[in-house]
Amino acid sequence: MRRRAVIQMIGIGFLAGIVTGGVAFFIPWLPDQASEEAKAIDAAYWFVVIICAVIFALVAGVSLYSCWKFRAPPDDEDDGSPIHGHTGLEIYWTAVPTILVTAMAVFSGFALAAAEDLPDKHGTIQVTAQQFAWSFTYPELDRTEGELVLELDKPMQLVLTAKDVIHSFWVPEFRMKQDAVPGVETTVPITPIKLGTYDVICTELCGLGHSVMRARARVLSAEDYAKWAAGDSGDSAETTTGEGGDTSTEGR
Amino acid sequence: MAVAAPQTRHAEHEGPPVRPTGRRRWTAGGWLRVAWIVPLAFLLVPVLVLALRHWLSYPSSPFSVLNPLDDSGWNDDFWRFAKQDLQPLITTWTVVVPFAFLAGIGGFDYWAYWISGRPTRPEDHSGHGARTWRDYFRVNTDHKVIGIQYVVTTIIFFIAGGLLAMFLRAELAKPGMQIVDPQGYNGLFSVHAALMIFLFIIPAFAGLGNYVIPLMIGAPDMAFPRLNALSFWLLPIAGLMMLSSYLVGPFAAGWTNYVPLAVQQPEGNLFFQMGVQWAGASSILTALNFLVTIITMRAPGMTFWRMPLLVWANFATSTLVVIATPFIAGSQFFILFDRVLHTNFFDAGEGGYPLGYQHIFWFYSHPAVYIMMLPGFGIVSEVISVFARKPIFGYRLMALSLMAILILGFSVWAHHMFVSGMAAWLRVPMMVTTMIIAVPTGIKVFSWLATLWEGRIRFKTPMLFALGFVSMFVIGGLSGVYLGSIPIDIHTSDTYFVVAHIHYVLFGGSLFTIYAGFYYWFPKMTGRMYNEALGKLHFWLTFIGFNATFFPMHWIGVRGMPRRVADYDPQFANWNLIISIASFFLGASTLVFLYNMLVSWRSGEPAPGNPWRALTLEWQVSSPPPVFNFDEIPQVVGSPYEYGVRGARHAVLNGAPTTQGREAAPMEESVP
Repeated sequence: MRRRAVIQMIGIGFLAGIVTGGVAFFIPWLPDQASEEAKAIDAAYWFVVIICAVIFALVAGVSLYSCWKFRAPPDDEDDGSPIHGHTGLEIYWTAVPTILVTAMAVFSGFALAAAEDLPDKHGTIQVTAQQFAWSFTYPELDRTEGELVLELDKPMQLVLTAKDVIHSFWVPEFRMKQDAVPGVETTVPITPIKLGTYDVICTELCGLGHSVMRARARVLSAEDYAKWAAGDSGDSAETTTGEGGDTSTEGR
Repeated sequence: MAVAAPQTRHAEHEGPPVRPTGRRRWTAGGWLRVAWIVPLAFLLVPVLVLALRHWLSYPSSPFSVLNPLDDSGWNDDFWRFAKQDLQPLITTWTVVVPFAFLAGIGGFDYWAYWISGRPTRPEDHSGHGARTWRDYFRVNTDHKVIGIQYVVTTIIFFIAGGLLAMFLRAELAKPGMQIVDPQGYNGLFSVHAALMIFLFIIPAFAGLGNYVIPLMIGAPDMAFPRLNALSFWLLPIAGLMMLSSYLVGPFAAGWTNYVPLAVQQPEGNLFFQMGVQWAGASSILTALNFLVTIITMRAPGMTFWRMPLLVWANFATSTLVVIATPFIAGSQFFILFDRVLHTNFFDAGEGGYPLGYQHIFWFYSHPAVYIMMLPGFGIVSEVISVFARKPIFGYRLMALSLMAILILGFSVWAHHMFVSGMAAWLRVPMMVTTMIIAVPTGIKVFSWLATLWEGRIRFKTPMLFALGFVSMFVIGGLSGVYLGSIPIDIHTSDTYFVVAHIHYVLFGGSLFTIYAGFYYWFPKMTGRMYNEALGKLHFWLTFIGFNATFFPMHWIGVRGMPRRVADYDPQFANWNLIISIASFFLGASTLVFLYNMLVSWRSGEPAPGNPWRALTLEWQVSSPPPVFNFDEIPQVVGSPYEYGVRGARHAVLNGAPTTQGREAAPMEESVP
């Protein structure tokens, strides 16, 4: 009897595990991985996903089993077993989750350090956010653009600030996000590892144009980047060069 | 040791209330007095403000352009200048008019009499208890009347907030703008969140607690009945204030109201700042009342370790409210000063610090999450124990984990600010505390599951909602662990993943427990049974609609859809359409609930005193209970959860042991 119950419970737990695992692993959750930092963040993501999926499957298994096994027959007036507690069990479910969350915190701490680790040899881009546009100043090139242009595999430090209200810089494919705050300089490292064009999205509510406050991020190969740096606007027709879009450098 | 409540036979003092007649009706506390005192205050404010500004020669005084000789254009100028004056006017209105209303309805009468030396009537309970439906619209000092006033009021604001959400989803059903403009959209989600948090979840728990706590601890009423009445009447003020922001354009900087955006916004923002003050005052006063009641008015023998977990939960919650709520009041006052008095608390250009606001705000608003969760934990503990017919598993650890959450809850606020640009070193300590707070929460979930184990589970509607809560809250808790991990939070912060997370916590969490509480105590509060079939239908529609609405939001968030956007990338169009359709389904399911409540309250089957065969004290009196709850203060002799224990008792009432377990027969007491 006891053994049959254990087998039934394992069976239900297994089913719950399959469903949870299916949702967690067979749906393409994460966008493309286009930066070095994204690797560290995705590692933390999967580490936490695996632990949480196991916990969820366990809880779902036990609750489904209990609801099915311990339902009262109709017109039943009986009470359940008067179990008041079990010290051993209570110690277990305090200690084991403590260990698990500590493991997740430690892993996340290392992943954070890895994501924010920027080599000494890196470039800098000044990012200025205002309602409702981004501008990117390239100090080495002495020019300001409405788009973020990055060279493949070259670590970059983005220095953010805002002119009016708080905005937030996010490129989902780079996984990195950082608020731009008036009067404060914040930084975010980006090392692109995949060629392509991505969206820079504002993720902090900044007013009525918040949802359209977007810019383009382009990751170019070394030679394309050199061409662009030399003044060629690349494949983009609408990109303004030189003084054209240069309205946001004052005060920087 | 419990302190014995003073045991007076109030019933003897009870008489039909003496209502004034003739001209006295206009000066006695009530709606007639409100009818003239509120318009008077409303008109007096602009006269005083504009006269003062004119006298001080403020340039924007509309009277300065008032030239009676020029009858062609002064009207336009007058209104243009008057509009510039709107901020001080709105501020003064939102302070003065509510006080006028409270004075009119009679909220201050007793104290005013006492201060002015007029005879007060301490033993006259004419304002106590409801004899007709009209008594629910008066200042009433009976905690049971106040509890029902709270619950009904919060349901009305719940409907308002829900309708706003329906408009939101209608706008998001297709990319592009169809129904509202972007500012209107920002207003929709801001007012939706503010109503749901400040006018529904927090006060709905306060209302249920108000009704149930004195009964559960064996007290005749709350410790401060007049303060209790006042705290209720503050609530509709706060709600109407937030809704009336629609008169000038709704507040649209989110319920978080981050600066500098909040300072830059139009006048509507003031309604949020002041609305929060009134709602906050209401919850602080109620929390103080709960604390004093729980500490001093427990029946003899009701030690802390014999209190039902709902009482423990409200004890912890009230402590949180009293300590934390002043912080949001302060944060909104700072914004108000920045807007109206031109101070520079948050203006970076003038030496202010925008992130300072976020720290103060979240120092309240993270504990606020527990203010919105802990009472629900209490309700679920009651419901699961009763419907599984088992003692709650690990009672002491359940109570202690509430206290652990209370203490840890104050040490995690900056996890809302991982990408804000705050001091970088603060992030890892805040991540560690955030992760650790999952442990006491986990203890509670595991203990509920263990309470089900070898139980005799009855799937009545409250139990369905309690079980739905446990499963949904586990998802919300685990996605909270995701967000607590800094690297994951960097990617998912301010995306739809967060929207999904908070709705799994506040809808699948708080709202499910509120529904459980509504159904569970409905027979006690109304004296009638609700319709069980409709209740179950409501649960399943809500459960399915909820998951279909909010689960896909996790996915679109991680894929790259930011939150609080009026428009979005077309790649998310299909999912948003599905979510919108599901949300209309979810919204419609609420109609089943409302229909059931209304019809059952009118013509449901009369409820016995103890339809659930529960042990706690509120079920040992008639449904609804007598005006002063107990004819005789009960003597508590044991734990409230001794289901299945032969011969165990929770309390001795009127000389007889409380009914329990198998011997329980519903006490057929007539409804007065």
